[in-house]
Amino acid sequence: MTRASTAPATAATGTATVDPAEVAKFEAMAAEWWDPHGKFKPLHEMNPCRLDYITRQIAAEFGRDLADPQAFAGLRLLDIGCGGGLLSEPMARLGAEVVGADAAAGNIPVARLHAEQSGLAIDYRNVTAESLAAAGERFDVVLNMEVVEHVADPLAYLTACHDLLKPGGLMICSTLNRNAKSFAMAIVGAEWVMRWLPKGTHEWAKFITPEELYDLIRRAGLDPVDRKGMVFNPLAWSWSLSDRDLSVNYVTASVRRD
Amino acid sequence: MDGSNEDGLHDVIVVGGGLNGPALALALAQSGLRTVVIDALPEAARAAEDFDGRAYALALASQRMLAVLGLWSRVADRAQPINEVKASDGRAGEGPAPLFLHFESGEIEEGPMGFMLEDRFLRGALIEAMAAEPGITRLSGETVVAQEIDAGEARVTLASGRAVRGRVLAGCDGRASGTAVRAGIRRTGWGYGQTALVCAIEHDLPHHGIAQQFFMPSGPLAMLPLPGNRTAIVWSERDETAKAIQSLDDTAYLEALRLRVGDYLGGIRLVGKRYTYPLSLTLANSYVAPRLALVGDAAHGVHPIAGQGLNLGLRDVGALAEVLVEAQRRGEDIGALDVLERYQRWRRFDSTLLALGMDTVNRVFSNDNPLLRGVRDLGLGAVSALPGLRRRFIREAAGLSGEVPRLLRGQAI
Repeated sequence: MTRASTAPATAATGTATVDPAEVAKFEAMAAEWWDPHGKFKPLHEMNPCRLDYITRQIAAEFGRDLADPQAFAGLRLLDIGCGGGLLSEPMARLGAEVVGADAAAGNIPVARLHAEQSGLAIDYRNVTAESLAAAGERFDVVLNMEVVEHVADPLAYLTACHDLLKPGGLMICSTLNRNAKSFAMAIVGAEWVMRWLPKGTHEWAKFITPEELYDLIRRAGLDPVDRKGMVFNPLAWSWSLSDRDLSVNYVTASVRRD
Repeated sequence: MDGSNEDGLHDVIVVGGGLNGPALALALAQSGLRTVVIDALPEAARAAEDFDGRAYALALASQRMLAVLGLWSRVADRAQPINEVKASDGRAGEGPAPLFLHFESGEIEEGPMGFMLEDRFLRGALIEAMAAEPGITRLSGETVVAQEIDAGEARVTLASGRAVRGRVLAGCDGRASGTAVRAGIRRTGWGYGQTALVCAIEHDLPHHGIAQQFFMPSGPLAMLPLPGNRTAIVWSERDETAKAIQSLDDTAYLEALRLRVGDYLGGIRLVGKRYTYPLSLTLANSYVAPRLALVGDAAHGVHPIAGQGLNLGLRDVGALAEVLVEAQRRGEDIGALDVLERYQRWRRFDSTLLALGMDTVNRVFSNDNPLLRGVRDLGLGAVSALPGLRRRFIREAAGLSGEVPRLLRGQAI
């Protein structure tokens, strides 16, 4: 791979004031975020399943054909908690105008660098959903994936998501259910046994049942329209969507009507 | 329209203009992926219309895929349905022994077990279909001299000096795949000390759509029905014997064949050329690398014992096309390693198993050891006697078992 030799030059021409040592650090972090066998392997493995749900819901809501390479052209999309850009990049590739927001400042230059390597224009910002809403930013689609279980006040957060949507806009929200099985799978399995995630990544008490999430979404002023489970099959070693099994990971779609 | 976007970046560069390469290009282009096919042979050589003696046994699943790709309608009236397959044990000079295995298409619900199709008609259909597909660019008479892969794209340089860029490089360039060699992908494999003699004959008596497989001590001999009173022959012998037979004149060659298959077709005459292919098994140690995928013989060159080479290749094509098109529709980078690894996971186990399975069958059958002869007679008898096992055998040969790509189930991607 010549990634290491070509990319810093590109980055340097783009932003002349960046410290080369910093660029090298971001370079390594970008490579880490995007290594399918690296630290973020579980996220990469789950990504096709998440993308299937997201792309189909957007296509259905906005009448788009996914066979069109620019299926999401003209849609303004916000990816909250964008990390290295694992969802932002596919959305941009499908033609959406993407803002990637992350509260962790370190992720932003990393995501920017990788988007540049991929030849994609994505507006990455170190901001919170609440501050974007306060600034009056509006989107057709808000992606709110595996964030709500980490925030201090889910209702205030989901209300900000509502405010960020244009009328007729779509929010996709995924999270973890709270029951004995999700404790066994997400905490004991993923964090303690498999070491897929750093210990302490999740606080089980903050997990939300689908009924609680629907209730919160409604109180935030949105209309929940669909929900599916995301189920890991250890034999096929892949994730798939399920109509019935929402016992651990699940994803929902909600529309702003007003 | 050129099969690339404004800046000359194709979605997929296909190296190899044989059968799998064009089939892959069609499957991708029909789903909206812009594809370029680099073929070492000039177009006139690919389009040659004379019968040259080469033909393929298409499994039912492969035929369904050709139908979805719009190829079957171009060749259907030139294909010969295989209604029955008979397998038997034989010894040179004795003619075929009593039949041990006998499969009829009535035993599975899907119709004939497969079709025989001459190489010239399949080639012609692929060329016509590619010409009618605006998403495909063809570069014929061009060889790849260098390839380079980085984070954003794959680039190949052609002997003419032309450079071609794409998101994915698909090596459909056969068992000596230059694409694999240039990527540093090593191979595992071995020879069999056997050579396949390939030809086609014309005969006085009809074949009734019956395919015959004789397991001779020196190697298997397959008689595959072609339209009219013609039959394609794939005949394996030990290297020295094959060399001696190939050096005979046509009359003596036919006499050697008659000695093995008997007179059930009446008088026989050669049509087209005679070919020899040394038999070997070769498996690429990896089917994928970043922005690179190997397809067909480039990934797994198998023993042609059951005519499964092309059928396996088309399964690869169906699986790779499905993986890439799905990734494109999700907005994923189609050349990312985790995307291509889905193709490898899907195909590798299946094709390795089949390659090793055919290897074992060949080793057990290409033997005159009386003990092994007894064991295989017993084995063939057992398969024949147990209806469930027989149906499994037939469905496997027809390509209808395992996790079948959508194209091979007769569905669009």
